[in-house]
Formats: sequence, C-alpha cells, structure tokens
Amino acid sequence: MLPAAYTSTLAGRAPALLRCGRRVPQTLPARAFSSAALNGQKRASLQSKLTGQKRLGTVSVLRAYSSAADSAPNPKAYIDSGVIKPAQNVNVKKVLVIGSGGLAIGQAGEFDYSGSQALKALKEAGVASVLINPNIATIQTNHSLADEVYYLPVTPDYVSYVIEKEKPDGIFLSFGGQTALNLGVQMQRLGLFEKYGVKVLGTSVKTLETSEDRDLFAKALGEIDIPIAKSIAVGTVEEALEAAEKVGYPIIVRAAYALGGLGSGFANNEEELRNMAARSLTLSPQILVEKSLKGWKEVEYEVVRDANNNCITVCNMENFDPLGIHTGDSIVVAPSQTLSDEEYHMLRSAAIKIVRHLGVVGECNVQYALQPDGLDYRVIEVNARLSRSSALASKATGYPLAYTAAKIGLGHTLPELPNAVTKTTTANFEPSLDYMVTKIPRWDLSKFQHVKRDIGSAMKSVGEVMAIGRTFEESFQKAIRQVDPRFVGFQGDKFEDLDYELQNPTDRRWLAVGQAMLHENYSIDKVHDLTKIDKWFLGKLQNIVDMNHELENVGALHKLKREQVLKAKQMGFSDKQIAMATKSTEDEARAYRTKLNIRPWVKKIDTLAAEFPADTNYLYTTYNASSHDVTFEDRGKIILGSGVYRIGSSVEFDWCAVSATRALHEMGEKTVMINYNPETASTDYDNADKLYFEELSYERVMDIYELENATGVVVSVGGQLPQNIALRLQENGGANVLGTDPKDIDKAEDRQKFSEILDSIGVDQPAWKELTSVAEAEKFADEVGYPVLVRPSYVLSGAAMTVIRSQEDLKEKLEAASNVSPDHPVVITKFIEGAQEIDVDGVAAKGELVIHAVSEHVEQAGVHSGDATLVLPPVNLDASVMERCKDIAQKVAKAWNISGPFNMQIIKAEGPDGEVQLKVIECNLRASRSFPFVSKVLGQNFIDVATKALVGKDVPAPTDLMAVKRDYLATKVPQFSWTRLAGADPFLGVEMASTGEMACFGKDLVDAYWTSLQSTMNFRMPEPGEGILFGGNVSKPWLTQVADYLKPLGYKFYAAGDDVKQFLESSCEGISVEVIEFPKEDKRALRQVFEKYNIRGCFNLAQERGRTTLDVDYVMRRNAVDFGVPLFMEPQTAILFAQCMSEKLPRKEGIPSEVRRWSDFIGGKPL
Amino acid sequence: MTDPSYRGQILVFTQPLIGNYGVPSKERDQWNLLRHFESPHIQCAGVVVADVSLRYSHWTAVESLSQWCAREGVPAISGVDTREIVTYLREQGSSLARITIGDEYDADEDEGFIDPGQINLVKRVSTKAPFVVESPGAAYHVALIDCGVKENILRSLVRRGASVTVFPYDYPIHKVAQHYDGVFISNGPGDPTHCQDTVYNLARLMETSSIPIMGICLGHQLLALAVGARTIKLKYGNRAHNIPALDLTTGQCHITSQNHGYAIDASTLPSEFKEYFVNLNDGSNEGMMHKTRPIFSTQFHPEAKGGPEDSSYLFEKYLQNVQLAKESQKVYKDNRPTQFILDLLSKERVGVEPSPLVSRA
Repeated sequence: MLPAAYTSTLAGRAPALLRCGRRVPQTLPARAFSSAALNGQKRASLQSKLTGQKRLGTVSVLRAYSSAADSAPNPKAYIDSGVIKPAQNVNVKKVLVIGSGGLAIGQAGEFDYSGSQALKALKEAGVASVLINPNIATIQTNHSLADEVYYLPVTPDYVSYVIEKEKPDGIFLSFGGQTALNLGVQMQRLGLFEKYGVKVLGTSVKTLETSEDRDLFAKALGEIDIPIAKSIAVGTVEEALEAAEKVGYPIIVRAAYALGGLGSGFANNEEELRNMAARSLTLSPQILVEKSLKGWKEVEYEVVRDANNNCITVCNMENFDPLGIHTGDSIVVAPSQTLSDEEYHMLRSAAIKIVRHLGVVGECNVQYALQPDGLDYRVIEVNARLSRSSALASKATGYPLAYTAAKIGLGHTLPELPNAVTKTTTANFEPSLDYMVTKIPRWDLSKFQHVKRDIGSAMKSVGEVMAIGRTFEESFQKAIRQVDPRFVGFQGDKFEDLDYELQNPTDRRWLAVGQAMLHENYSIDKVHDLTKIDKWFLGKLQNIVDMNHELENVGALHKLKREQVLKAKQMGFSDKQIAMATKSTEDEARAYRTKLNIRPWVKKIDTLAAEFPADTNYLYTTYNASSHDVTFEDRGKIILGSGVYRIGSSVEFDWCAVSATRALHEMGEKTVMINYNPETASTDYDNADKLYFEELSYERVMDIYELENATGVVVSVGGQLPQNIALRLQENGGANVLGTDPKDIDKAEDRQKFSEILDSIGVDQPAWKELTSVAEAEKFADEVGYPVLVRPSYVLSGAAMTVIRSQEDLKEKLEAASNVSPDHPVVITKFIEGAQEIDVDGVAAKGELVIHAVSEHVEQAGVHSGDATLVLPPVNLDASVMERCKDIAQKVAKAWNISGPFNMQIIKAEGPDGEVQLKVIECNLRASRSFPFVSKVLGQNFIDVATKALVGKDVPAPTDLMAVKRDYLATKVPQFSWTRLAGADPFLGVEMASTGEMACFGKDLVDAYWTSLQSTMNFRMPEPGEGILFGGNVSKPWLTQVADYLKPLGYKFYAAGDDVKQFLESSCEGISVEVIEFPKEDKRALRQVFEKYNIRGCFNLAQERGRTTLDVDYVMRRNAVDFGVPLFMEPQTAILFAQCMSEKLPRKEGIPSEVRRWSDFIGGKPL
Repeated sequence: MTDPSYRGQILVFTQPLIGNYGVPSKERDQWNLLRHFESPHIQCAGVVVADVSLRYSHWTAVESLSQWCAREGVPAISGVDTREIVTYLREQGSSLARITIGDEYDADEDEGFIDPGQINLVKRVSTKAPFVVESPGAAYHVALIDCGVKENILRSLVRRGASVTVFPYDYPIHKVAQHYDGVFISNGPGDPTHCQDTVYNLARLMETSSIPIMGICLGHQLLALAVGARTIKLKYGNRAHNIPALDLTTGQCHITSQNHGYAIDASTLPSEFKEYFVNLNDGSNEGMMHKTRPIFSTQFHPEAKGGPEDSSYLFEKYLQNVQLAKESQKVYKDNRPTQFILDLLSKERVGVEPSPLVSRA
C-alpha cells in the first residue's frame, strides 16, 4: 500500500538490530548513509548564491545524509482503500446560489469572489446552477460560471418567484454575505424552503440563526463553557439602560442581524447609551448591551468543518489595533504575531469546539478578544458563513476557503478533497505561512460632508489592501502605499492635537502614529500608552523610523552603502522613499539600486512553506531572499488590476481585468496579473498564468516587467490607477504599453490638450478655462455666468469638484479649500443646468470605432455619472441624437488614435434657438465603470473586443449594436452606504458617493427601474396606507409630480414645515398634508415622531446641500437614512419611482414579468 | 527548541518572523514541571531564522531570543532566505550543515562535520537516574521510559490523574513493570536503531506482561521495532504543527504536531497489530494499535506544545486502558508511589545538561 520507494529505502543499524530484535526479518538493505555521502557536490549551489551578499555569518549545507528519494506523496491510495467514510453525497441536480447584491460598506467584492468559487465547484460537480444577484458588475454573473442568472432583488418574494420558475432542489446561502444569510433566515421562518422542497446546503439555517441571535448564541456557548463578552439582549431603550447598570460602563451596543457591525457603538454613560440605543433599535428589533473590553487584543480564526466532523483552522489573524475597532476597519496581520503557542492553541481549540458545537458545515469565522497580559479571553462573534475575513484568509494562505466550503456543502469531506494548490496533498491540513501579510482598510470619509471620522465598532471603510512580505516592515510599508499612491510608506501628517488623535482612533490613526514616531520623537512606551497598540508592532515601526533617520543622516544617494540600500529595501522602503530621504529623485534612486544589483526576488505562496513541491503561480516579491522560486520564460502580457476598492473604482474594474485576462488567454497569450486587492476574483490563482500579489506602483510594475521580460502591459482595464503610471512605464521604463499610446492618454487627461483637440475635430464642449488665481477665476465665471463647475485636473470620481452658484461661494471655495496657484491650477467650466447626460462606452482599433454603447442618465447633469441611473438602450434619445453620439465617438477615436476601450460623457442641452446641442464633458481612454453593464445588456463583451484591439489580433468588423431593436431594457442604479457613514449628508452632487451598483432588466423603463430600486440593500417598499414625508425645494414642480402619482394609492402625506404643506396642497388638487413636529436635535424624539406617524418613505428634493447640521432638509434626509426609511433625494429618479409605484401598486397576482432569465432577455449566453 | 527530540539538529524556521514574544521564565507549575519549556535547556544545535525580533513583547517574556541563545551557548543566525534552505532540504533531504562566520568557505572544514545520525542522542538526553512526578491524589502510577521526554507529556499524564516515575531509556523496564499500572515510552531524538536495549526491554515486557502501553514518536518507533516491524528513514522527515493524521478506525482526520526523521514501515507490522493513524500528506505511518491488547502508539505528538491539541484525547484513552486493566485485575494492587519512593527519588531530570556533540580534539 505504501509507495514503492519506501521499501527500498530502509535505514537503520541493521547488525545491531539483529543482535537483539529477534523478530526482525533477516533481509535488510544496506544503510542509506553510505550512498548519501556522494551528494557532497550539491552543497555548492546554495553556498554560491549566498555569497553575493555580505553577511556576518553563513549557513552552509553540506550533504544530504539520506539519499532517500520520496516519490510524490500519495494520499489517493488511502482514499481508494475505503478507510475514509465515503462521501455522503448530497443528491442535488440544480442549486440556487444567492448573491450579495450591490457593493456596500461592510459587504463588498469579497462575495463576488466567494460566489464565483461556489459556482465553480458546482460546475465541476456537474450540478446545474441558478444565480440570483442584481450586481451586474460581478464575475459570478457571467454565464461562464453560472448556468442561469437572474438580475433580481435578493428578497423572499423574488427568490420564491425564481424557485417557482426554476424548481431547484438545493440552495447555497453562505456565499452571499449577510444579505443571503438574512434572506435564508427569513425564508425559513416563512416555511418557504419546505414549501418548495429546496434543501439548504452546508450550514443549516438553524445554526445560522444561533450564530446571529445573541441570546441563542450566548446560550449555546454557555453549554460548552466558552466565555463570551457578557451581554444582555434588549428591545427598548429603557431595557438597555437597565442592562447597562448590571454590566457596568463603559459598554458596547451591538445590533443583531446587522452586517459589519452596523448600528453598533460604545457608550461611556447614560446619555450616550440613550442615543446609541435609539439609533440601533431602528436597524434591528434587538440590541445587545455588553461590557466593553477596550485595549484587549483582537484575534480571529477561520475554521472549516465538514459533515463528518473533521475540523481545521485555516488561518488566524491578529489586529494591529486593539479591540474596539471593527475588524473591517482594523489593520490586520496574518498569521498572528504576538501570540504565544499557548495562546494560539488555546483559541484554536476553542474555535474548533465552538464550530463543532454549533454544527457548522462549511466555513466559519470566530473572533476573540484576548487579554493582553493573561490567558483570559472572550468570544466576540461567530460568522457561520463566508465573510470578508475569509476572503482575506484565502488570499493570505492560498487556501481556497469558498471553494472548499462549497464542496463540503455538496457532501464531500475534507480528507478526500485534495489541496487545490499542491494537488498531491489533502485539503485537510492547516496552511503554514513562510511570509506575513498586512491588511489595511481604505476609507473615503473625506468625500462626505458632516461625516464623523472616528472609527469604532461600526465599519466605515470601503475597501482593503493586502501586502505580502517576509518582514513586518516590508509587508506594512507595501500595504500603506497600496492604500493610496500618495503615501510613500510609513509617514506622518499634520495633526492639531496629536495625543488626542492617538487616543481616539480615526481613519488617519496610522498617520498619527507615524507623525509621533518619525517627527515628534515619541518613544514606543509613550505611543503604546496612548494607543494600546502592542509594543511588538511599535518596535518594528521603530526599526523603520531608525532606518529612515539613517538614510537621512547619510544625506546623499551615492554615499549610501550597498548594505544600507539593501537593508532599507528589506524594510519595504520604496525607491521614492529612499530618494526623499537622500534628496534625490525616484529615477535616480532606482538607477543607483539597480547598479548595486539590488532587485526583488520572487517567491511562491504554496500553502505549505515549501515543504512539498507545488506548481503554483501565486507569487509575491521580496528583498528578504536570495533566490527565485520561479523561472521567467513566459514572455507574457501583464495586466494591471484595479487595486483597492474605493468610491469610484470597484468590482466593475475587477470584471474588466478578469475579462481581459481570459481574452488574452484565449488568444494563446501567456498572462501575468498584478493586483493587491484581496476582495477580487482577479487575484484568484487560477485566473492568470502568473499572479503577482503586488503593488501597482511604477517601481514594482517595472521590476516585474523586467524580471518577466514581458512583451506588453495592459493599463486600460483597471481604472484610473494603472492609467496614471502608463506614461512613465513607456517613457522612463521603456515598457511596451498595449493599445492607445500613453502620450495620447495624456492628451485626454490634460484639460488644455483635450480641449484643443476637441476644437480641432469640431466637437462641442462647455466653455472652460484653466486658471491659476482667484481673480482670474472670478472674472471667467462672470463671463460665462453662474453656475460653474470647479475642479482640479487629473481627477477620479469627482474628487474636490463642486458646482458653484455665486461669487461668494467661488471665493470661499477657492480660498479655503483648493489653494489655487500656478502649481495647482483649477479648471472652471460652465455648468449647464437642466441638461441631460449621456454615457458613451466604446472600443476602437487603430483609431477606428468598432463597437459602442449609448446609455442615458435619468438624473440631470450635475450628478456624478457613478451615482447616476443609467438606461440602456435609451428611451428618450431620438435616432438623430444617437447618430450624432456615434459620430462624436468616431471622431474622438480617430483624433486620439485609440486602440482599446474608452468612455465619454456627453451633455445634451437645448441651445438658444431650441436646437439640440451635444457637448463632450469628459473622456477617458480606458475601460469605464459601465463596461460590464453595457456588455451584459447588449450581449457583447466589450472587454473581449477591446483586448483584441489592444494586441491588434482578431479584431471584429465594426458593428452598430445600438441599431439593433431590443424588446427589453436595463437600468443601472447606485447603491449608497449612507447608514454606515454617520452624519454624512445623503445628497447627490458632482462628487461620487455610491459604493456599488445594481442593474435589473425589464420589458420597459418602469419594469426595470421598479426592480432595480428594490435591489438596493435593505429597501423596504412603503405600502399604501403608510406615511410619506415630503420636504425640499418648493420653487420647482418636482414634489407636485411625485404627489400626483402617489395620490390615488392611499398614502398619508406629511411635511415638516408649512411651506411644503401649502405648496403641495395648492399645486396638487385634492391632497391634504399634515405638518408634523420635527425636533431637529433630539434623535430619540424624532424617532418617536417617525413611529407615531408610521413614516415609511421620504421624498426630500432639495436643490443644495444642507450647510449646517441643523438644516431641516439635512435632518430629514439623515434621519430617514438612520431610521431605515427609503429616501428619495434626487428629483428625476424620485418622480420615476413614483410613477413605478403608481403603475405597480397594488401588486398583481402571479409571477411578475421582470422575473425572467438573463439569457431569455438577451436571447442567448454570449458571455 | 527545548524539545529533546531536536538534540543535535540545526533548526530552520519556515515562519520568517521569530522571537516576537520573547522567551518566558523558568517558572514551574504545581507538579514541578516547567510551565513554558519542554526541558530545562535549548536542545537544538543551532537556529536559523529569516527575521529576528530584537524587541519582544509579551507578558510572559523575560528575555529575548538572542539573549536566551547567547546564555545557552547556542549559535543562531538571521537574515537568511530560509525558504531557499527549505526548498533545498525538500529536494536533498535532511542534510549536514554548519553555521560559519564570514564569507570565506574552507573546504577542509567539511571534514569536521559531525553526523548526529551516528550518535546515540537518546543516551545524552535521557535522565541518568529515575525521577518521579507526583500527581497528588492520583489513583494510578505510570512508568515512563525517557528517551528525551517533553515536560508536557509528563503534564498530560499527571494532569489526568497519574503519578509518573521516569526511567532512563535503557532501564530494564520489564523487570519493574509489575509495580506500575502502565508503561509509557516517550519521544526522543534521532535514529531508533540506536536504542537496542530499549527495544529488547520492550519486547521482553510485552512477552511477560499485559500492562497497558502507549508510545509517542520515538516511543512509537521503538515499540514497533520491539514487535518486529521495521523503521525507514524519511527523506526530510515530518516536522510541523499542521500535519493531517487520519484515524483509520473512525475516518476522522486530526491536525497534529510532529517532529521525526524516521517512520515505521506499516507493511512490516506483525499481524496482531494494525495501523492506527496514517499521514494524509505522504501516506507514512502515524500510529499503530494492538488488535486485542491495550497497546497503542502514535508517531505524532498528542501532547502538542507546540501545536494543535486535537489528539490530546489519546491520553485519556490511555488512562482508560490503565483503569480497565486495573479493574480487571483479580487482586487490587496499590501501585501508587510510597512516601519512601517519593523521598528517595529525584524530582527532576538527572544529568541532562547539554554538552557538545564532540569536543574539538
């Protein structure tokens, strides 16, 4: 049964053995040692590689003292022998997979990744799959993964309709985040799974409920003597105060059934608790009052269990920040670094005990608080589903958690599953890491007005990065640069009150630590006292600080010794950081470094720390090494991914990057993916031929380009980030940038050049000017007339753009905010009010337009296109406008000699003589956010075509997809995360605010929009008979139009002021509006008002943001969001939705017409 | 590092960041066992790490890794591409190695290599005279053959209610076994075939007594040799905390802690024994049990420290065997250590100070 190799490699001192071991057989082969001595010459290879660097000491390895040649490990024999219980295969033919919907804070791209893995597992098992997910930008909603896709809201109603149509016999609930889990719990309560005979695969709903309901959970853990943070479940504010008396302040409030810690927070006294509890109870019927364990270590474990009770922990992670900050908002390292073996295994054993007791079948995450100076601990939370942490753990270890969980759901056991990386060993093992990873969240809080920047128990970050290194310093500094290219590494920033910042965590806390240690000479002890961050982390940061000072003391680049440069690189210093410390430039530092022959080494992530041979392509670079794990003979094409998810750049660019990789692969090209975002499918190791989990900086991309000897690099499918380094890659690095010439890209991004070219080809644009002083700006604004749009050049997602309506505002904006100077010019553009906006996505090859899509915005121009509702094909654009859009696209393609994807925004306005004017306001020579949407609606993969154009191979003949008549349309709507951003004003403007998007199909606009809007997270339709609150601008007819539609449906109408009441009653016949009391400063009282009048919908159509937090419209919008009441704050979409309500309510019997397969809508499965 | 099984070896850590939580104190617990160490000294011959923390942080720490190594006279080196060495070891098998200072390579020095495989390491790490670990109020008393026992094996037994008397590895155990309720064979370093006396004693023991026996790691191999099975040298051994061992009696898989360079050739097990555990990664044997008698042994370390505690239930199983054996005895025999024995015997290991493998001539 054993591999043959063993029997011939017996070793031992045979003669001695024969003396006393009487039962030993007489035929022992010769000792292995004698033959091993011949291996002496092998020693040299290792030694020679080490001598390149000066060292204090050397490790030399002489010869193997065994010649034993192990054959490849072979667990198969044992599986075949039947010792493992045969898989209790769950007998299902068709499985429904529930997706997570639009990306929101707390629930982002990681669920595209986990859902994709589940679908892959189903496909391999030959089980048909049906996916419900309205998130059209995802990889999982491609037919290459799912057999059938429904772009529908993830609600019990719609899921039931799909079950009726598709008749699946199984359902996966654990791959769609909290959304899918909540749905499962609801449907179980309604008895729907039983009714339709659908089997829940994997972890049972009962277990899910136990893990979610704090009371049940506390009881379950009590049964096995596992300590949890003492908590009392309450349903009212009074009960909460009572409970707090029992556990003692400070306390933490948590909401049950809420994703990412929504509605949670700390309270130090009765007053704080009263407010906190009032808000939390709006989100959840039950809240938990617990003792706060601030300052304890926070640790989590990812556990996998199969139905046979085999149980492993795949990864553990430790938070850099002590307990008190949501793990999604914490800097996290894996594996844990400050836990002793005793602590590690104490928590590991507890995790396994918990998971077995709860009966999880699949993947589970256990979070702990650990006493920093003792062995006491508490369980904080258990997530019996794939989570953000499990996506991170998958990427950190190389262990495919979601895929394994899906296999387990289908009845497989861990021992019988092979390790997907090594293929020769079993999945029933715990990965060992010979590197470490750091995760840092990315916040975009500065994009919002009035928002609270403190971070705590409710998650606020919109994305995260993961960096791999072989020292903490290397991994940490890489991660910092990944968060935003403007950070050079560990650095400081100006703070008014540094000690306060250190004590009270905000999104900028690590900068405060940097400031304290780098510039203010704080000791490790002092920073520890203020922040409670473990001294080990601070000690490592001190190493960075010391290195930085060492570089600065040398002062000049060429005076640096090789060891110093190497040591800096080993601590993760970038070329730019070294340049800054020595007052030189990045290019000089790079040249000096390469002259010293200091280059990164490439290492594999193989799950087993090199113990077994693994043919993996999952790679990272490090300076803490002396050899490569791979060879570089592919001469492939590099694809640059999107980097961290942030507002304005999200899963849609991941879809583009994956699509481009697949297209290249199909063309027979070798592919190399570079990306560092753990929440993506593009960083799946089976996506590209090689995956570098690395920085998307000029330095690192060039390093990889040179190592790989690559033949080209794709910069146009990962959003703005890769685009920004395109010109340098070509000009400084000499890389072959595929597609449109980076110099032409530059001509589109530079306002001046852009405008000149548009003028030269006769394409209209709004009046604009680049200005370097306030006086000039005022003069220009006066010329063109207010309102004007003010923005700096080179922007993504409208950062710092504002519409200015008066001279005072302009002065204020320019003087206070943007610091205008010749170095920092601003661009002022005439803002056209009431215009319609059009999005054109296209692909061109060598300046020739190949395909294009024209989508119209529902909102008027002025709302950022990322926040806009897109309609495709358009319903309000006549043939001549469509033709003119195409004409502009052709001209632009030609003028910039585009090869590859591009996107334009065009404004449609009425000229002075009533003629239709089309003005181009924006053009990006790269794939845009809407590429997946238009590809999926039109049934043609735009990225596929674009990739062919990039390499200039198999480019299809130009076609006009917009000329095709279609009996359907789709609308794309934004997903906002207002609830997460305490205090932020829910209002749309030129700055993008949405975190995700959904799209649904329908036979007409009403069908599609009705469905799309219901897809937004936690949307609850206001039902006839309930109260609707009105507010906002009374100089426009908007509110009247809404009221007209809603009037016949039997809603009760309320307003917060007399002006709105009078306006509505006078303009809309036969309607009565009641004015309600509106306490602006007392949230609790306001909540009672909302409850008293049963307010379930809010239309607040204001023209401008609230200037202060006491603005009545701001208070109305903000509290509608806080109280979970659907808010409509944009006129055009509000009117459209009112129309939808009037047509769709009351609901008709039977399955609604929008419940239709995607493949039926577009007539096939082209992508 | 304090596990006697590592005597004579240079340890290369795959995890690159070492020394983070420092080194704890030599505190002893209520059974007079070292709370934080597996033996009183560093046992390995050298330590190779990628990145060492000169600043440590942990509430149990009293010194840094480098201070400890210096105090114990054990050479350690950092800044090494340990992954490259691991890859080398994977391909070439466990190798002789040295840590040298400077860039110069002197071929003559190769002659000076000492092959720890040629040395009876067990003799060096085993206690030179019996000692006793008392479990107050315990009902049972176990005889443990010390081939390099870890403190936590002792703790795992006394914690579960058995006093332990520890004997030198070559003590004629079969002659005294009748005074004990069970026999336990510990882990230890190196090649099992160096311990011929132990193998002989164990064979005699099993012939003459039906006493419950459990063995761990080297103990497992010695037991197997005693019943006539053969050992094989693995190419580079299994040394990790994450090795899956499948229980062939239940189909359950445990994650185990392991450290061994030799293994049992399961096909040579006599018919009265069956394979108990098997390694799911490489198919090597991980344990055996007698089909009818209370004898079993494991290649992995159920006592953990460091490593996962999945299989600690095996100690309970062993003590159940002890209990059953005791209950089925016709005459109850009180084997608990007498006060005389307790006074007479040492309370800790005797004569186990590490010494250089060979002294320079």
